[in-house]
Amino acid sequence: MAVGRLVGPRTSKLMVQAMERRAWDIRGRVFQATLLLTLAISLFILGVLIVDVVVDAWGVLTGRPGGFLNGTMRSVSHDHKLGVHQALVGTFWIAVFVAVLAFPFGIGAAIWLEEYAPNNRFTRFIELNIRNLAGVPSVVYGLLGLFYFVNTLGNLTGGKSIASAGITLAILVLPIVIITAQEAIRAVPQGLKEGAYGVGATKWTMIRSQVLPYAAPGILTGTLLSMSRGIGEAAPILLVGAVTGRLGTDPAFLDFSAINAEAFMAMPVIIVEWVQNSGRDPGFAEAAAAAIVVLLVFVILMNAAAIFLRNHFEKKRG
Amino acid sequence: MEAVTETIGTDQMEQAEPQAAPRLNLDLDRTGQANEPDAADAVFEVKDLNVYYGDFRAVQDASFTVYEHEITAMIGPSGCGKTTVLRCFNRMNDLIPIARVEGRVDFRNVSIYDPRVDPVEVRRRIGMVFQKPNPFPKSIYDNIAFGPRVTGMAKKKGDLDEIVERSLGRAALWDEVKDRLKDSALGLSGGQQQRLCIARAIAVDPDVLLMDEPCSALDPIATTRIEDLMQEIKDDYTIVIVTHNMQQAARISNRTAFFTAQLDSTSDQRCGLLVEYDRTETIFSNPSDERTENYVTGRFG
Repeated sequence: MAVGRLVGPRTSKLMVQAMERRAWDIRGRVFQATLLLTLAISLFILGVLIVDVVVDAWGVLTGRPGGFLNGTMRSVSHDHKLGVHQALVGTFWIAVFVAVLAFPFGIGAAIWLEEYAPNNRFTRFIELNIRNLAGVPSVVYGLLGLFYFVNTLGNLTGGKSIASAGITLAILVLPIVIITAQEAIRAVPQGLKEGAYGVGATKWTMIRSQVLPYAAPGILTGTLLSMSRGIGEAAPILLVGAVTGRLGTDPAFLDFSAINAEAFMAMPVIIVEWVQNSGRDPGFAEAAAAAIVVLLVFVILMNAAAIFLRNHFEKKRG
Repeated sequence: MEAVTETIGTDQMEQAEPQAAPRLNLDLDRTGQANEPDAADAVFEVKDLNVYYGDFRAVQDASFTVYEHEITAMIGPSGCGKTTVLRCFNRMNDLIPIARVEGRVDFRNVSIYDPRVDPVEVRRRIGMVFQKPNPFPKSIYDNIAFGPRVTGMAKKKGDLDEIVERSLGRAALWDEVKDRLKDSALGLSGGQQQRLCIARAIAVDPDVLLMDEPCSALDPIATTRIEDLMQEIKDDYTIVIVTHNMQQAARISNRTAFFTAQLDSTSDQRCGLLVEYDRTETIFSNPSDERTENYVTGRFG
C-alpha cells in the first residue's frame, strides 16, 4: 500500500505492463538445449559401448560365469577352462601396490607442498614438473618400469612380476594423486586453520585435526579415481612384461609368492591378447567382451567404494 | 599516568588529562580505587611497529600500550592496518609467508617476536575471535574441547566436561546448547556461532582476547549480545577489538586507537598510520588530531 502512495496510477500501470510482458528468452533456450545435446551425445556413445560389449559377452557371462571367473588362459576359445582368473589376481595385486605405494607418498607430498613448502622457485619448479609428469604418456612409464624394476632391480622385484608392474603403475598415478590431493587440501578454508592456531594448536595438530579431515573426501575420491585409471592401463604393463600365453601357474588371490614370480597377467592385457587372437579364433572376441565387462565391474565397484567412503567422511565433516 | 605519556606523547596527554578527570567509574581497575592504570597493568606495549607485506608497508611506526582488564578498540577506515596490528598481537601474521614485522610487541614485558618465543604458546595465551564465525565442522562439544585437548589442559573426561560447560556458560551460550552438545556446530545461527567461537577461545584460559570485527557478520540483536558478553568478561580478560562500527567502539571500549591510511608520497602507496590513541571519551568528544575528529564526526572515511 505504501508503494501505491509513492507511485502514481500511470507509473504503476506501466510497471505492471512491463512485468507482465514476459518474452521468450530464445538465446538462453538454445544454449540450454545445446548443453543438453552434448550431454546426450556423450551418454549415447557410452551407452552404445556398454550395450555392445554386454551383448557380445552375454553368452559367456550367462553360460558359465563362475567358470569364466575361475578359468585360466587357453589356446582355443571353446576350451571350457578358459577364463580370467590369472588376470584378476594380477590386477587385484597391482591395485594393492598402487594403494600401498602411491597413496601415502602422493598424499604426503601434497601435504608438504601445500602446507610446508616455501613459496619459491624451487617449489614452483617441482609443482610444474608434477603437472608435466601427469601428462606423460603411460607407455613411457612402462619403459621406466622395464629398465628399472625389471632389469636393474630384478633381484628384488623378481623381474617381469606383479611387483614390477605394481610399482610402475604406482609411479604412473603418483602425479595425479599428488595433484588431486593438493587441490583438496587447498580447498580447506583459511578460517578453520586460523581457528585451530588461535587456540594454541601446533602446525601438525592443525593439519591432523582440521586439514586432513576436511580434505579427506576430496583426497579419497581423487586417489581412488586415479587407481581406477591405473588398473585400466595396458601399455605400461605390456612393456613390464605381462605374459601373453599360457601361464605355468594359476595363483590363488592370497598366494604371496606370486607377487614376484616371473610371470603374471592383468585384465587390460588379457583383453588385448584375446582381441588379437579373435582373428584366428572368433570365439575369443566373445571372451574379450566378457573380460571387458569383468574389468568394468571391478572399476565400478572401486568407484562405488570411493563414493561410499566420501559420503561417510563428508557426513563426519558436518 | 606515566604509562600513557610513554606511548602517546606529551602534547596529546595534556589535552587528555582534563577529559579523564570528570569521567570516572567507567573504568575502575581491579582495586576499585584509581581509574588510570599504571605501567604495571600494561598487557601489550607496542613500540615502533612496522609491518610489511612483501615490499608494501602496511603499518608505519605504531606505538601504544594496551592495559589490563580494559577493552581497547582499534578503529579507522578500510586499509588502515588495524587488523594487521591486531594480528601482530598473537603472531597470526606468521601464517602469511610474505608478512614481516619490525619493531617491538611486548606482552607482559616479553617480546613476543623474540626468536626464543614459541608462537604456539603465544596464541594459547592470546586468544582470537575472527570476523567471520569459524566453528570447526565438529560437534559443539568438540569445538570447545579442541583447544584444551591440543594444549593438554584436560587430563580427564570430567575436566573436559567442566571446561566445556564453564566456557559455554561464560559465553552466554550454555542454556541454548546444553541439550545438543553432540550436534554439529554448523547448525547454530550466526550469532550463536560467534559466541561459540568466543567460548572456544575462552576454553584455553587465555589472558587476552583479540577480536577482529566480531560483529560485522551479525544482526543487531546478536551484536548486542556479544557486546554485553564483552562487558561481562572484561574483568577476567583484556580485550582488544577491531571494529568498523564507531558507535560500537564508543559504547564498549575504554581506550580507542584511531588508525588511518596515509598516502606515502615517495612510494605512492597507502600505509596504515596510528593517528591518535587515548581514552575513548577523549577520542570521541575532544580528539587532539583533526583527522580523528573528521573521522569520528563522519566527515571522512
